[in-house]
Amino acid sequence: MSHRKIDEVTGVETTGHVWDGDISELNKPLPRWWLYTFYVSIVWAIGYWVVYPAWPTINGYTKGVLNYSQRDQVQQDIEAWKSGHAKYRSQIAEMSLADIRKNDELFQFSIAGGAALFGENCAGCHGRGAQGGIGYPNLNDDDWLWGGDLEKIHQTIAFGVRSGNPKAHDTAMPRFGVDKILDEAQIRDAANFVRSFSHLDVDQEAAKRGAQIFADNCAACHGDHGKGNQEMGAPNLTDAIWLYGNSQDAVMQSIRTGRGGAMPAWSERLDPVAVKMLTLYVYSLGGAQAEAASASAPAAGTDKPK
Amino acid sequence: MNTMDRPNKFLIGGDESRSTPPPAPRQSDYVSRTKIYPKRAHGTFRGIKWIVMGVTLAIYYVVPWLRWNRGEGLPNQAILFDFANQRLLFGPIEIWAQEFYYVTGLLVIGALSLFLVTSIAGRMWCGYACPQTVWTDLMISVERFWQGDRNAQMRLDAQRWSFEKIWKKSATHLSWLTISLATGGALVFYFRDAPTLAVELVHGTASTVAYVFLGLFTLTTYLLGGLAREQVCIYMCPWPRIQGAMVDRDSLLISYRELRGEPRGAHKKGTTWDDRGDCIDCKACVAVCPTGIDIRDGSQLACIQCALCIDACNEIMDRVGRPRELIAYTTIGTLANATSAPREGWRIIRPRTMLYTAMITLVASLMGWSLFNRADFEFNVIQDRNPLFVVLSDGGLRNGYMIKIANKVEGVRHFKLRFSGPADLQPKFVEFDGTDPTIEVNPSEVRAVKVFLMLSSAQRKELRSDAEPVTIELQDVESGKTASRATTFRSPP
Repeated sequence: MSHRKIDEVTGVETTGHVWDGDISELNKPLPRWWLYTFYVSIVWAIGYWVVYPAWPTINGYTKGVLNYSQRDQVQQDIEAWKSGHAKYRSQIAEMSLADIRKNDELFQFSIAGGAALFGENCAGCHGRGAQGGIGYPNLNDDDWLWGGDLEKIHQTIAFGVRSGNPKAHDTAMPRFGVDKILDEAQIRDAANFVRSFSHLDVDQEAAKRGAQIFADNCAACHGDHGKGNQEMGAPNLTDAIWLYGNSQDAVMQSIRTGRGGAMPAWSERLDPVAVKMLTLYVYSLGGAQAEAASASAPAAGTDKPK
Repeated sequence: MNTMDRPNKFLIGGDESRSTPPPAPRQSDYVSRTKIYPKRAHGTFRGIKWIVMGVTLAIYYVVPWLRWNRGEGLPNQAILFDFANQRLLFGPIEIWAQEFYYVTGLLVIGALSLFLVTSIAGRMWCGYACPQTVWTDLMISVERFWQGDRNAQMRLDAQRWSFEKIWKKSATHLSWLTISLATGGALVFYFRDAPTLAVELVHGTASTVAYVFLGLFTLTTYLLGGLAREQVCIYMCPWPRIQGAMVDRDSLLISYRELRGEPRGAHKKGTTWDDRGDCIDCKACVAVCPTGIDIRDGSQLACIQCALCIDACNEIMDRVGRPRELIAYTTIGTLANATSAPREGWRIIRPRTMLYTAMITLVASLMGWSLFNRADFEFNVIQDRNPLFVVLSDGGLRNGYMIKIANKVEGVRHFKLRFSGPADLQPKFVEFDGTDPTIEVNPSEVRAVKVFLMLSSAQRKELRSDAEPVTIELQDVESGKTASRATTFRSPP
């Protein structure tokens, strides 16, 4: 190590390391300032320990003189965003849903905010794309149990369905089978009749028998022609959308045990602006009936005969 | 030499190897910088370098102040790296973040041009145009202005601290800092409206980022151009390492023509030049070198090919009455022949240079073609994935699409959408009434439009697959230009 070895070809000193017996490395010294940058980086690292959180302690960590925290930073960012949103929120609080819908800026803001709120609060039952599932309505389509214009959607979200809130939609379908109002044969006949509205494959004889049963027991809510009644939350039985499925078994089960899904009253959990934003988001999903848009929307009519 | 003259201890054992001097300790792993005092050169290349320096510095400082009228509400700076709005503005050309490939293309052309120039004429970039070279040259001239040329500077440094030394040194560093500040100041102007930012900087109301970058570039200019100089080229820059692969026997290289110059030695006026080389070993070439090397040692990494040694040597050759170009732009090919002229047989056109030229032409034409033909609006269709389709109460189907329209020109534009696909698709918009709205898009903005396409239940039997092709066409109302995108209409399998 301490012996100078000179490479014969270049006349440059080698590092003294030899590989494979004859490969040596020329000693090309590093500039000294480069070494100093290494020391500077060590000092810099120590500075970091002093300034920023660095070392774990028994029950925490060293906070650093700046007391910097990424959590606080995020909190501050959130606060900043919230105060940036304040002007929109105050307008949304005061304006009617129809007016917000006509205001491009507020409408876009509401849809964006509503989408986030939907993901946090509604997607659990209705699905991330609001596509719903068995027993949970699809909010994209144009079939509405309790009405699909802005005010009706707002009411449903705010007070819920069978939520216990005094303003909630509270009607429910009787348990015709369980409470022995109809026997199993009558239920089968009624189910055949209901399915015949949609031209599904039914037992025609049974359907004929079911017509009278329907008129006596079901028409009060679902209407003489099965078109439903949004005041009662009674579904339209003539359309292509079936919350619990359209098989004979599923329809019979509905008649037998009744149906009555529930939804929380979101005004009890969210602030009024959030409920409005959610309303506008659900409206934007495409199936809603806006006062202004209903005239031109081709598929808006739920009572169009089959 | 008689071995008896040596001290006895080297004779112990009579081993010949013992007769070498005692082993010296290995040299250090680190080497301190030796300060370089480049002497001022005079001549053709120094002249060219002054001009290049003037032009490049002028471009750098003046460009942010050039104006370009883009219309109301848009920046009127000709060249602006508008990071806040994610776009680059070059006069009439506006490049958005998603078109960054144009910048990549420019960089590719830049790299290829560097290869081309290097293969033809060596490290022209290093010698003349590199910012490190230009600013170092500027800093060196300022140093000479205050402290005098090479010899005066060396005397000053050897002196004890005195009033003269203090003020000369202070004046130098203050000038360097001023230049650095101007350099850092000019840099930030590329990123925000220059006149506005200039006022803000003075009043202390500019953003922290502006001050941080101004400070950073002031510091680096002072450090790299004023203090580190050749250390940057020798130790920090990768280009000297790469350029070895770029030059060949036909590339111009600044070289000492050894066959003509050697044997070197002092020459007394009036004596013969026979049987000796033209190099009088005056070391003028070493004195002017900004990286402190001796060009007579041959081509080397530290040589930035600035050509100042050519000027210095030519001046000496004129004085001693020998032909110029003992140090010259020459090729490795001609160096081997004592009688060749410096650039005899220098070939510019050869496979390597033709390949580089072809590649540059190809990339440039591709870029030019795509830039010339690019739409001044952009249009994308994103089909809803969740849910893929919605069954409507009448048994019809509905698909949702997010249509994004980017307006890349100065001025509000209006667009119409047209849909064609299976059967009779009915559009429905969330934000617009009616089925054929006119969509207004503000300048330099992207507008997202949600549209639903609906198919009646009667027409469902016309669907041949669960993903029918759909074409959405966008038309600019004013110009009539159209663009179309293919998507699908999804239905239950």
